Amino acid sequence: MSRQEIVSWARSCYEDVRFEKPRAWLADHPERRAVGHLPVYAPKEIVWACGMLPVGIYGGGDQVEIIRGDAYYQSYICHLPRSVIELALSGRLDFLSGVLFPSTCDVIRNLSGMWQLLYEKIYVRYLDLPQIADPDLATRFWERELKTLADDLSEISGIRASDDRLRAAITTYNEVRSTMRALYRARGEAPWRVPTEEVYLLLRAAEVTPPDEFLAQARAYLAAVEEDTSRPKDRCRVIVVGSFCEQPPLGLIKTIERAGCYIVGDDFLLGSRLNQQDIPVDGDPLHQLAASLVRGAARTSVLYDPDPEGKPRLMPQQVRESQADGVIFAAPSFCDPALLDRPMLRAGAEKAGIPCIAFQYSENTGQFQQYRDQAGTFSDSIKLWGGA
Amino acid sequence: MSTHPTGPIQITSPPKNRGEVPKDDSMVLQKNMIAEHFRQLEEAPQTRTPVVYTFVPGNLTELVRSFGALPVLPEINALQSGMRGKSRDYIAEAERAGHSEDVCTYVKCDIGQALAGNIGPTGTKLPKPDLLLLSYTGCYTFMKWFELLREHYGCPTVFLQVPYQGDGRLAPEHRAYLMEQIRTEVIPALENVTGRKYDEDRLRHYLSLSRQAEDDLVAVLETAKRKPSPIDAYFGAVYYVGPIFSAFRGTEDGVRYYHELRREVEERARAGRGPITPDGPLDEQRYRLVVEGPPNWTNFREFWGMFTAEQAVVVASTYTKVGGVYEFGFRHDPEDPLGTMADYCGGCYTNLNLPSRVDMLAHYVKEYEADGFLINSIKSCNSFSAGQLLMLREVEKRTGLPGAFVESDLVDPRYFSAANIKNRLESYLQMIDARRQGVGA
Repeated sequence: MSRQEIVSWARSCYEDVRFEKPRAWLADHPERRAVGHLPVYAPKEIVWACGMLPVGIYGGGDQVEIIRGDAYYQSYICHLPRSVIELALSGRLDFLSGVLFPSTCDVIRNLSGMWQLLYEKIYVRYLDLPQIADPDLATRFWERELKTLADDLSEISGIRASDDRLRAAITTYNEVRSTMRALYRARGEAPWRVPTEEVYLLLRAAEVTPPDEFLAQARAYLAAVEEDTSRPKDRCRVIVVGSFCEQPPLGLIKTIERAGCYIVGDDFLLGSRLNQQDIPVDGDPLHQLAASLVRGAARTSVLYDPDPEGKPRLMPQQVRESQADGVIFAAPSFCDPALLDRPMLRAGAEKAGIPCIAFQYSENTGQFQQYRDQAGTFSDSIKLWGGA
Repeated sequence: MSTHPTGPIQITSPPKNRGEVPKDDSMVLQKNMIAEHFRQLEEAPQTRTPVVYTFVPGNLTELVRSFGALPVLPEINALQSGMRGKSRDYIAEAERAGHSEDVCTYVKCDIGQALAGNIGPTGTKLPKPDLLLLSYTGCYTFMKWFELLREHYGCPTVFLQVPYQGDGRLAPEHRAYLMEQIRTEVIPALENVTGRKYDEDRLRHYLSLSRQAEDDLVAVLETAKRKPSPIDAYFGAVYYVGPIFSAFRGTEDGVRYYHELRREVEERARAGRGPITPDGPLDEQRYRLVVEGPPNWTNFREFWGMFTAEQAVVVASTYTKVGGVYEFGFRHDPEDPLGTMADYCGGCYTNLNLPSRVDMLAHYVKEYEADGFLINSIKSCNSFSAGQLLMLREVEKRTGLPGAFVESDLVDPRYFSAANIKNRLESYLQMIDARRQGVGA
């Protein structure tokens, strides 16, 4: 399969707002089930161990016209939940046997209650992620939450999440995360050969396809990239921060890169990469899942940071690791986690002399000129003067 | 165990100006209690009294007091700043410092106040916190708020994760998790900053005082079932819940305040009188309403006046339950100190899921024989506002009554549009009239 065919496959997954891919997976075996999850993080291993397909629900982006969704949300609430409601009310999510709502913010939390009111027969679970400083207590809490989830999903699917099945699922998703890290590494080493648009499309595909299908495509992509002989362009390197939940439109990602900023670090679709290390497959699998999240999660706005120095240090650390020249804070409008964190993160970056710019977007933003101008000027200022 | 060194607060009121609405003794008492509390806070650095900042929902005031520390509630300071016309400048200060227009205005007001020298609502300087007690009860913003304050003050923070009632109840394992956190995280943090050992007997004493005040508060709120209602359970009740939501739960002053309040309200009820409002007594009541959502604070009297002008009284509200839901039987239990604090935190209104909130509103409409219900949707409070349009439809479906929906903000005066709110309220009340006359019912 050629690189172009792989990217086309990923793009078709991204544009598939009727969720034909997971529907086809379900249709292959009538006893199969699928469970949706909102951003940012859900334990996909448990869903998969119960014989169910985890499906990321990231709204309709710029492809779905909001007709009914706006009747459920005031103008001052972010765009994601209204497009998720639009997907649901238009029947596009009717293949799901359950939906998981992680503790990303109050809007997603309350959306869980809306689901309970609107869809009484669908399994709804609010996932209160562990937040406290004591890792042992946090692990015990989260392990218990995972046990409840595993028991519930086992009942729905009829397939018990046995230790063996859980270990197999952990192994599978370790491979998925490892392959995602390889994609990010390839992009970081040669962003002129690995545009963020393509990496992003592959990650979006992973949200709606079985892991083995994603792995085959992503590995073939990485092999194809090796053959690429493109030469670097005179662009700066940036990390994009604040886009972990409501996703930017693809056009915005392309605009940033075309305006002269190679994206070499980002928090797009962060949930699939929140566990930064492989999860051990020995011992009790639920405990390992819980402990890995508590001790090894990436630092993000949706988790409490017990380290007082954590926020100020985060941007300098990420910039250093990515060998970036600057930070673009790109947050969805009305996004509490990203926007409340931004002053702390930006202060830390600026104190370290790292150039920054900030803007807001919605998943359905259609005009990119202002972003092109901002990113272009940012890139020029870095290239010409070494700072914004 | 008196809660302040100068003995009980006295009911002493200044001479009344001509035309001024008479104040109840409880109002004077509350004002003096607050003034005394802020005086103690101002002197805290000199008296070496430890200061703990915490939030209203899920506050552990009895525990904080048992360590001899004084609580500061940043939301209370923010709303007071809103009522005193100071929030606009504070918010502007925070936005100049890089805070987005889109986020919670309580946070920005508080940050702006801190940046401007931390002068509290009564004009006295607030001390820096010795500890930030982050009780994470149903509001994501709290977490970010204290991360921001931690940066500003550079003080220790202890996090109490209160699991959300996603399934409509506080699960036993969640209760146990809360108790363990209080035992292993919160208490050691308080011991550390105050230099005192945990004294369970002292805590039990404060919890028993809480219980007494809670009994009286519930009795007061339930008088709204009478016709006419002797209280306004939203605009008036935000004053009633002030002491128990903030620094005075578990204090002798708190007990005394609620005892006095109950006496006054029951006296009004016996006399068939309505509540005292800024525009005078509201004895004639044409509309009985239930309200969901926090009030707007910058134009509080103007907002209330729109209701009293129409002879509308609020008979029940959900906002007055953010600092604790007591009317369904919960009381602080001195026999189970840690367990009761866990139950309290888990049961605050902000920690309830949407179906439970709908249940509560529908219950209020029925129990208080309301003519309708109104949602005041707050621009910068996603915890309350996200989902309210569906709640409106659900409560309408369950009660058979139409609801009203208005929008404002907590403390940002830019988002209060008096004409819009007044038009909607008047149209809504006309609809209630039309239904009474059998038109469109």
